[in-house]
Amino acid sequence: MFVLVEMVDTVRIPPWNFQRQLNDAIAEELNKKLANKVVYNVGLCICLYDITKLEDSYIFPGDGASHTKVHFRYVVFHPFLDEILVGKIKYCSQEGVHVTMGFFDDILIPPESLQQPAKFDEAEQVWLWEYETDEGAHDLYMDQGEEIRFRVTDEVFVDTSPTGPATATTATAPQPGQSTAPPAEVSGEKKEAPYTLIGTICDPGLGLLSWWNN
Amino acid sequence: MEVKNANAAMLSNYEVFKLLTDLKEQRKDSGKNKHSAGQQNLNTIMYETLKHLSKTPCSRQSPEIVKEFLTTMMPHKLTKAEKLHLLNHRPQTAVEIQLMVEESEERLSEEQIEELIHIVADVLPGDPEQENAAPADAEMVEGGEQS
Repeated sequence: MFVLVEMVDTVRIPPWNFQRQLNDAIAEELNKKLANKVVYNVGLCICLYDITKLEDSYIFPGDGASHTKVHFRYVVFHPFLDEILVGKIKYCSQEGVHVTMGFFDDILIPPESLQQPAKFDEAEQVWLWEYETDEGAHDLYMDQGEEIRFRVTDEVFVDTSPTGPATATTATAPQPGQSTAPPAEVSGEKKEAPYTLIGTICDPGLGLLSWWNN
Repeated sequence: MEVKNANAAMLSNYEVFKLLTDLKEQRKDSGKNKHSAGQQNLNTIMYETLKHLSKTPCSRQSPEIVKEFLTTMMPHKLTKAEKLHLLNHRPQTAVEIQLMVEESEERLSEEQIEELIHIVADVLPGDPEQENAAPADAEMVEGGEQS
């Protein structure tokens, strides 16, 4: 579930931190920059593991701060494909079951990956598994807050870094006489998750923990 | 910033749990000094990750236990990822083992699966509350084996 990632970065230490140990000051700056952030194609950063190498520090003209190139290792949440994880159901919607790990929320189990046959209860807004026994079908509800075991099948990274001025929208307006209402900007407001895990519970042993206890 | 190696090593839940607990202690000792400003992100992720991990079996493990577990696992020829799964989840049923070990039907016989469950239960400490709830059953099973 967690991996170590080797990274290199140049860290700027402002002059008012010069009285501190360089290692401590750098560790704090790295945690300030990376903790609880998603790095593209790497995963969700948790905290600094260790500093492996410090290169020479430099002071540039016009700035009193020191700049140090640091080689370090960081603890990152990045489950490998097919890993089994246990989380909690955050809520259900038409798109599927949304699961949270507590520290990481963007996990989706799409309808086709649920235990089949599955059905969405519109009134209660929950997914249920129509489990069939000899005595007939049982409806197993997937309620909010229940613990759920799932397998990671895919990961989606979205580059959410700022893109700069939207030159494309002005370029696609060939007729200046027509109305220039900007409808595109409104839809662009929607917040996108930088890192999403896609899961499945379509295997024996997967799903709510209570289903498999006995 | 440059990423040299996006997967230098896998960490077990216990290692992360230990690292975060130590870091938390360390920050508590240094007190509410002026350096802790701007560390809200670290505090948030530390709190939430610890909250999640403290509910998993890793909170009762120690370096000695992990070492012993890995040594006893040597003859079973499981991959690193599979051993990590077993360590993190402490499976207690055959269906869980089958999930965590790839192609377990071909690689493991029923006896071997039983053996794995036994090793996991013996070496890795379980939840004391759950153990107390069903001590009578456990004794009966043990008694049956001896006779």
